Amino acid sequence: MAALSLSNVSKSFGKVEVLKDINIEVEDGEFVVFVGPSGCGKSTLLRVIAGLEDATTGDVQIGGVVVNHTPPSRRGIAMVFQSYALYPHLNVYKNMSLALKQERQSKAVIEARVAKACRMLNLEEYLDRYPSELSGGQRQRVAIGRAIVREPRLFLFDEPLSNLDAALRMNTRLEIAGLHDALGASMIYVTHDQTEAMTLADKIVVLRDGRVEQAGSPMELYNNPANQFVAGFLGSPSMNFLPAGFIAKGDDRTIGIRPEDLQLVEEGSLTATVQHVERLGGDTNVIARVDEHKLTARLFGQHSIEQGQTIRLGFSAQRLYYFDAQGRRLS
Amino acid sequence: MSQARANPVNAVAMHGALILYTLIALFPVFVILINSFKTRKAIFREPLALPDSDSFSLIGYETVMKQGDFFLYFQNSMIVTVVSLFFILLFGSMAAFALAEYRFKGNMLMGLYLALGIMIPIRIGTVAILEMMVATGLVNTLWALILVYTAQGLPLAVFILSEFMRQVSDDLKSAARVDGLSEYAIFLRLVLPLVRPAMATVAVFNMIPIWNDLWFPLILAPSEETKTLTLGSQVFIGQFVTNWNAVLSALSMAILPVLVLYVIFSRQLIRGLTSGAVK
Ligand SMILES: Nc1ncnc2c1ncn2[C@@H]1O[C@H](COP(=O)(O)OP(=O)(O)OP(=O)(O)O)[C@@H](O)[C@H]1O
Ligand SMILES: [Mg+2]
Repeated sequence: MAALSLSNVSKSFGKVEVLKDINIEVEDGEFVVFVGPSGCGKSTLLRVIAGLEDATTGDVQIGGVVVNHTPPSRRGIAMVFQSYALYPHLNVYKNMSLALKQERQSKAVIEARVAKACRMLNLEEYLDRYPSELSGGQRQRVAIGRAIVREPRLFLFDEPLSNLDAALRMNTRLEIAGLHDALGASMIYVTHDQTEAMTLADKIVVLRDGRVEQAGSPMELYNNPANQFVAGFLGSPSMNFLPAGFIAKGDDRTIGIRPEDLQLVEEGSLTATVQHVERLGGDTNVIARVDEHKLTARLFGQHSIEQGQTIRLGFSAQRLYYFDAQGRRLS
Repeated sequence: MSQARANPVNAVAMHGALILYTLIALFPVFVILINSFKTRKAIFREPLALPDSDSFSLIGYETVMKQGDFFLYFQNSMIVTVVSLFFILLFGSMAAFALAEYRFKGNMLMGLYLALGIMIPIRIGTVAILEMMVATGLVNTLWALILVYTAQGLPLAVFILSEFMRQVSDDLKSAARVDGLSEYAIFLRLVLPLVRPAMATVAVFNMIPIWNDLWFPLILAPSEETKTLTLGSQVFIGQFVTNWNAVLSALSMAILPVLVLYVIFSRQLIRGLTSGAVK
């Protein structure tokens, strides 16, 4: 049974259509990541699923039941917000137990569930503190804990890590992955960070301008993008695009090639001028120019390439992607 | 920041300025208080001197106690002020919440309409108000005053509170909805505690003018049973002779409850400010 299924969901604010005909299925226990550029409607979609906004048209089903008119608290979901949204005037324990109190759970149940969540998130010492007395990472854990205690069928995360620094973000990412394994609940996770998307997801849904561009497993999307947008969005550094005319005269398609598929070769078909070199130790990213087109090559290991140097890059023809003028993938 | 705070010269200057300001603000109150304990002659001979064994007299207080029903006036003023403040805060915050939180047709217009009263003094409508009170039989009741003061205080209350409520983060209210709080609970248990400093501000702004008002008590409720303190004190101010002892004594006693209310609200204000910093 699908944990969530959206059919033909659209949402308008006045005349502005923010979501357009969205169809998505989330299986039980699946970890689904919504990615897309800023303003593409990710948060709005999440709010529609949560019931904080009504869809203009279409159906939202959670666990096989249409919940279009069910209030958020009875949809069996829990949500974690980007700004944490902890109640500033309640301490950690009360923040976490509020929803259960609203559900009129017994005191014993509340205490047991809060204790369990605290154990998972290492929050035991902080139960009496107020949100202002916690660090950013601790606040985020409390926000996650507040979601866990409700034992929802479906977790909704709206960019939960974007306010954390890089190291903490990585740790918390692992923690969330661990939670997903431990709880076995379905999770929907919004981000515009494609590393988060690739590492966490069972399934990625790429959104642009309120439309689903493509949905599938990370590797499916990586290896087989449906269009130029998806190809350019996933992967870091992102895919290079060049007019196909560079390789075969008179070809008006666009070719795409991943940075790791470019190699330094004597007789490479592309002659490029090095603009910048990023040495990461294990990898070297070379940013070079072919005429006015920028190319990034990701070379394994360390290379002694200097700025301004002319290099020749080669690739195997099977690794090329072709796109038409509208950005659609051509096989 | 921490350096400025640690700098002793700055600290002294800051405290000096604040103490000076406090003295200036308290001086009139002080003069009223000391003179209320002096004989009439002493008041005029040396208005700034403290009462001594010669000039000390409780004649003012005795006059006030004897003449008129001072405690009743006192009670009337208290009832009118507290009940009016309660209604202003209750209705003001409810209207402000609706304006700040819900998207509905005419939201903007409604907000402007409710704010209009800030610019139009309610006294312009005195005649119409009096006619209305006569028609409804509310003349010479405390309700007449309470209703008028509530109407008078609402525009500013709605304006200030809705501005503050707009600043309560949307995510917080969304989180509360996901947690199963009803709209009433969100209003009462989430938004109100967070805008408490604004509520205290509104209360303080409204309290003094209501307590001190002479106009509406004189017009709407001048009867002996409904006189407020300010109106009651007027008997001592004659066209030709003014009983200064009595006036000063009455004023001294009138200051007290305002002080008490102010302390209550300002404590709320400070508590609210510190909890508001929790973000
Ligand atoms: N209440 C609203 N009224 C009108 N327009 C809105 C409203 N909420 C969102 N929008 C518009 O909907 C679009 C999508 O917003 P949304 O917040 O869903 O984007 P997002 O994908 O979450 O972006 P980000 O990554 O920056 O969080 C934006 O263009 C925004 O201006
Ligand atoms: Mg967003």
